[in-house]
Amino acid sequence: MSSRDKILAAVRASQPQLTELPQVNIPQSFDDLALRFTTVATAIGGKVYEINAIEEIKEIISGQFGEAPRIISSFSELGDIAEIDIQTSDPHALENVDLAILKAELGVAENAALWVPEENTMQRVLPFITQHLALVVSKNSLVPAMHQAYEIIGDRDYGYSAFIAGPSKTADIEQSLVLGAHGPRSMTVFILN
Amino acid sequence: MRVGLFIPCYVDQFYPNAAIATLQLLEKFGVDVVFPKKQTCCGQPMANSGFSHLSSECDELFVENFSEFDYIVCPSGSCVLHIKDHLHSAKSPDKAKAIRKKVFELVEFLTDILEIKELKAKFPFKVGIHQSCHGQRGLKLSQMSELVAPKFSKPETLLKMVDGLELINLTRVDECCGFGGTFCVAEEAVSSKMGKDRVADHIQNGAEYITGADLSCLMHMEGILKRQKSNVKVIHIAEILNADPNP
Amino acid sequence: MIKETSNKSKGKSPSGDSGADHATLSDIFNQDEPRVNWHDETLWFVRTKRDKAVNTIPEWELLRETASQIKHNVLSNLSAYLEQFEEKAIANGVQVHWAADAKEHNEIVHSILKKHSINRMVKSKSMLTEECHLNDYLSKNGVEVIDTDLGERIVQLADEPPSHIVLPCIHKKKEEIGDLFHIHLGTAAGEADPQVLTEAARQDLRSAFLTRRAALTGVNFAVAETGEIVVCTNEGNADMGVHLADVHIASMGIEKIIPERKHLGFFLRLLTRSATGQPITTYSSHFKKPRPGQEMHIILVDNGRSRQLGREDFRNSLKCIRCGACMNTCPVYRRSGGHSYHYAISGPIGAILAPNLDMKKYADLPFASTLCGSCSNVCPVKIDIHDQLYKWRQVLVKEGHVSPVKAAGMKGMAWMFSFPALFNIAGKSGRWFMKYFPFMVSNKLNPWYKEREMPAPPKESFREWYARREKNNRK
Repeated sequence: MSSRDKILAAVRASQPQLTELPQVNIPQSFDDLALRFTTVATAIGGKVYEINAIEEIKEIISGQFGEAPRIISSFSELGDIAEIDIQTSDPHALENVDLAILKAELGVAENAALWVPEENTMQRVLPFITQHLALVVSKNSLVPAMHQAYEIIGDRDYGYSAFIAGPSKTADIEQSLVLGAHGPRSMTVFILN
Repeated sequence: MRVGLFIPCYVDQFYPNAAIATLQLLEKFGVDVVFPKKQTCCGQPMANSGFSHLSSECDELFVENFSEFDYIVCPSGSCVLHIKDHLHSAKSPDKAKAIRKKVFELVEFLTDILEIKELKAKFPFKVGIHQSCHGQRGLKLSQMSELVAPKFSKPETLLKMVDGLELINLTRVDECCGFGGTFCVAEEAVSSKMGKDRVADHIQNGAEYITGADLSCLMHMEGILKRQKSNVKVIHIAEILNADPNP
Repeated sequence: MIKETSNKSKGKSPSGDSGADHATLSDIFNQDEPRVNWHDETLWFVRTKRDKAVNTIPEWELLRETASQIKHNVLSNLSAYLEQFEEKAIANGVQVHWAADAKEHNEIVHSILKKHSINRMVKSKSMLTEECHLNDYLSKNGVEVIDTDLGERIVQLADEPPSHIVLPCIHKKKEEIGDLFHIHLGTAAGEADPQVLTEAARQDLRSAFLTRRAALTGVNFAVAETGEIVVCTNEGNADMGVHLADVHIASMGIEKIIPERKHLGFFLRLLTRSATGQPITTYSSHFKKPRPGQEMHIILVDNGRSRQLGREDFRNSLKCIRCGACMNTCPVYRRSGGHSYHYAISGPIGAILAPNLDMKKYADLPFASTLCGSCSNVCPVKIDIHDQLYKWRQVLVKEGHVSPVKAAGMKGMAWMFSFPALFNIAGKSGRWFMKYFPFMVSNKLNPWYKEREMPAPPKESFREWYARREKNNRK
């Protein structure tokens, strides 16, 4: 008998009588989502800007990420400051990226998490290996809580996707919060009106 | 209303004043109180040590002693919780079941059954409440700090009726004192440390007395206070509620 | 560059197989009282952050109850969910393995690495691999493992196991970490600034991420409906490892299954608020298919879980989502340290999981509690932890895993309490207490007396007073 069959047989023999899945609707208040999102995002170490056009990003970030930073973006509007196409499939080639500016599909007001599906990452490693990350989310893509986010995500197919909330961080040394553990040292969110 | 007074073994032996205050307090409110003399122990020390299978004789005895009463009242949340959760009788299962429903810790009996709205007592001291875990988390004598739920405290409600009494606030409102039955000797180091920390919280916040609804915790903290030669005293809540209104 | 990575045996560690029980290890931990205070305060700080976070969610208790019910459904239908998960994962291009125990799990990991001729691997946080002692096994087989979670990296460099499932090096002071980094990462002697130390680890581990071809991750949730797994980190180390590696191995206990993707909404809301008081981890990564050219493996591990599932009183322990809230709130854990539990998972949850694996070895753990109940109240999936501790005590005694001395004393006490007349005589003489309540003897051998005074015996007991009053009333 394979381990698979052994485990399944043991589980089948041990599991209790079937209980139903709960059907629960969690009530959510729909107050000012952008305000709530901004408050939480700031509290977890992010920066938030409201913009009316992608081009405004150039001025906001100018000078913030060092001289002649390597920037990669999926926004063609940023073609003059960023690579808008990744030439190689080797993720190691992204080792020296300073800033990635990518699109998030959803923003969750309760925890400032942004849903970045695989196609928006350009390469899976990019939102992690970059020294700094900026995500753009449209204002009408903000939802109150995780339940609404998963309602929208639904049964969409993807190979990989992630919720990203704030910069990479750790508090493993005596509970002292340090931003920039292994991933981005900073997170900038642009809420697009 | 006939009430059977259930006095835990160690209270009988070491803290008779708390038992006397409980009896007198109930009598003040017109309750007919009887102390069944054949009572011994609820069996909790055995059960919490993993020996619940040995406590059946204790259980039978408890049923014999207490099934005749309308209510059973006890000045110890921990013992009450044990009876509520674990009293079983092979001889008279129905009586045991009835007892599990009619056994009350003193504070909840005063607030929920007698519905006391005022009392005549004076205790002009700064008092810290020790929320004993079994009374609080088991019997729900007060809201638990872990939950997202409205705050309440039955001991506090009663103590606020006492003339001159000033309640102090604790930094950690409901941390365990570390007694834990045989834990206090089996895990001496952690138990003592928990006791010292609990006492320190009361002292730092200005308590002159530490009170509560469970003498096992108070006994533990008293042991620490005495060793530290502290002036802070422990006192069972019944003794405060039964204090002389004109001292 | 990567220096010595310390894959040595963990036998010397404070929680190694020294055979010492929780009380003994706690006693040692308590010899340095200021350090106990610091440990207690640090973890209490995490508990208060948790309180603050959960109190912003009015529906918190409803979330807990719902999550608990979802997990109950999982346990009641686990075999079907596992098959569904396997089917979907295979359809996603993932290779699925089944491991009956720790040994088989370790062998599977090794065989995958061998197939690719890989002898160096990065690993993000996985308590399961701690449970299986994977690092030791791979090390003995010539494979170097680098733990990439900062806390885990620190305890790895110190040659110790984690002392907490979420905060692996919470028992270490920054100066001690500074010393370790000075030796292993070349930071300046005496440097203890968390910012500087974290940056040093970042640089060091970045080169590891860039050079390792295999990455192992744990799994927080596995969705039966879609075959995807979700991994939660704050540091981004799981993603850095996986996206730069040719081979991704994900190890999971079979209880990590949840039925549907939408249920993640409940668990992700609960997990991090309970764990650290954050609204969510920085990264909640959903891995469904390998990236083109990459291999993805999922190992489903039983290692005693199906047996625990069959224990009616204890199966709810399998609902655990490994948030660590029960440790942060536990007044005993905070004052005894994680290593005192001498098991991969410490604290209250570890104390109800460990005896399932080895009753004899872990018989002390369910007794390492005052049964205060705070653990059950913070548990995001409402595991009745303190009730299970009580129930384990009954099982362990019946199975003969409690010392005969204690058993004899308890029998004497039970016998005594069942005879009221004897109790009265004994009580009057004051002797029975001395005999049967071991903490009531004032001598230096009595553990009670070490830091606590005895209650002063009153002139008369209550029952004597009561008898006197009755007599007077009759007159």
